[in-house]
Amino acid sequence: MADQAIITVRDLRRHFRVFQKREGFLGALQGLFRRQYRLVKAVDGVSFDIAEGEIVGFLGPNGAGKTTTLKMLSGLLYPTSGEARVMGFVPWERSNEFRRRFALVMGQRNQLWWDLPAIESFNLQKEIYAIPERDFKRRLDDLTELLGVADLLHQPVRELSLGERMKMELIGAFLHGPRVVLLDEPTIGLDVVAQATILDCLREFNKQNCTTILLTSHYMRDVEKLCDRIIVINHGRIIYDGALEGVIERFGRFKIVRLQFRGTTPPRNAWGVRGEVVDYRPPVVCLRVERDNVPALLHEILDQAELDDISVEDPPLEEVIGEVFTSTTESVVTA
Amino acid sequence: MMGKYGTILRTSISERLIYRTDFFVSTALRFAPIITTILLWRAVFAGAGRAELASYTYHDIVAYYLFSTLGRAFSSMPGLATGITRDVRQGQIQRFLLQPVDYLTYLLMYRVAHKLVYYMVAFVPFVILFSLCRSVLPGWPEPERLIAGLLSLLLAFLLGFHIEASLGLLSFWFLEITGFLYIMMGVNYFFSGHMIPLDLLPSLVRQIADVLPFRYLAYFPAAVFLGKVSGAEMWRGLLTQTLWVGVWVVCSRALLARGLRRYAAYGG
Repeated sequence: MADQAIITVRDLRRHFRVFQKREGFLGALQGLFRRQYRLVKAVDGVSFDIAEGEIVGFLGPNGAGKTTTLKMLSGLLYPTSGEARVMGFVPWERSNEFRRRFALVMGQRNQLWWDLPAIESFNLQKEIYAIPERDFKRRLDDLTELLGVADLLHQPVRELSLGERMKMELIGAFLHGPRVVLLDEPTIGLDVVAQATILDCLREFNKQNCTTILLTSHYMRDVEKLCDRIIVINHGRIIYDGALEGVIERFGRFKIVRLQFRGTTPPRNAWGVRGEVVDYRPPVVCLRVERDNVPALLHEILDQAELDDISVEDPPLEEVIGEVFTSTTESVVTA
Repeated sequence: MMGKYGTILRTSISERLIYRTDFFVSTALRFAPIITTILLWRAVFAGAGRAELASYTYHDIVAYYLFSTLGRAFSSMPGLATGITRDVRQGQIQRFLLQPVDYLTYLLMYRVAHKLVYYMVAFVPFVILFSLCRSVLPGWPEPERLIAGLLSLLLAFLLGFHIEASLGLLSFWFLEITGFLYIMMGVNYFFSGHMIPLDLLPSLVRQIADVLPFRYLAYFPAAVFLGKVSGAEMWRGLLTQTLWVGVWVVCSRALLARGLRRYAAYGG
């Protein structure tokens, strides 16, 4: 994989020294003379490879180090140590060649001219990136159609809704045909429809142009829909890197056992420590059972009761990931 | 094919034109202090009971004031430094790290657009003002003086831009630069000759003013138009003005390069 990797990251670290403000007036006064700092290890030894054309989701709770990693990969931040190559370039050297071939979209940041129609910003992009007229025209047509914003091109950006603006931002980022696109929370604050449109557009663009996409999100939906591979980061370290389904294999400590009884359904409190009742609608009972205990439990139930139906399922991905985030696991796993 | 900076210029002009009404009003209002200053000088001369103050007659002073105001119309940069502070603080500066665009050239183009729109609006009041006061003005300058005068206005613009931009770029190191800006505004107002002609200053202060770059923001262009400097001295002045522009270009470039490095080192 390494020889066709378009992004390689090796043991990347970024530590910040954060000024600690002491409380109250006296504290502030003290702070003038002797400052207290705290070391924050925003990214603490991250390594991965991404092949050309992959869509990879970068998952993690707030403050996990996702944005910091993206900033280093786009050249906005120097690392404290470690290496990274994007399309063969060291991002923080910020060569024009590199900048012409990639794009960073930040969900909470505006690149468009606020008071002007988006088309003016796009024409400017065309000059800045020296996009040939034909490519410009084709991409603009494609993208506005995909995102359904063709009729909004001539309206001042400040009059657009958040979702429309985000779509315009996205167009601005894709116009120059970047080979690598980094997206930081591209769907933050958007409604479900706008989210879906944007995700479709990303997938389409990836398919058509083999564009490599790395996006961060804490919406599970984004990732489930778009990414075949996810990297889960927490406390600045990668705790999982692999296929989406693998997360459950790795981290799903529980199974959902769904039982449909024939005849009398045992009462809600009949299960004790063997499983937690997550749904009780006789004759159906859903139990959340630790994975290791499932065989024993099934054995027991089948011995004692008559069942119409039985199934054992994985809990929703969202739940599993949530557990991963909250657990303070130190083990670093790579699939 | 306008090139990217040409397109930035054009885009900036269309943006500035959106606020033309507001612009028109504020430009008109900015002419009010000119009238009061002229009246103030009239009172000073009446009070002094003399026809001349350090070789300036009342008419000379009014003429000087008009031309130094013209110089200021080129060299003053309202909002440039605070705009840079905002870009740095709110992270808009990142755009210039990500895209193949040079931040200072972008700001310069934006400022040229700003000025062009301003002159479009301010042209009328300036013409009215100059024609009302034509009795106090020297006649039309000869071609050499006219060229030198226009050049010095252009250089005043470049000098003003790079001084103010350098100040603004200090935002990479200081969260708050309004203190610096206030000091600079005072120093600038006084040493540029905008407040009073530099010739009226005591000789020691005058000597200080002469070695500072600020005199080229207002005093020098006025001196050229009013015929206070001529021939070789005039061209030497233009050369010095050009050198000062060079110094501040280097300064602002160095600040930007170091500032961006610091920004990438500490995070936005």
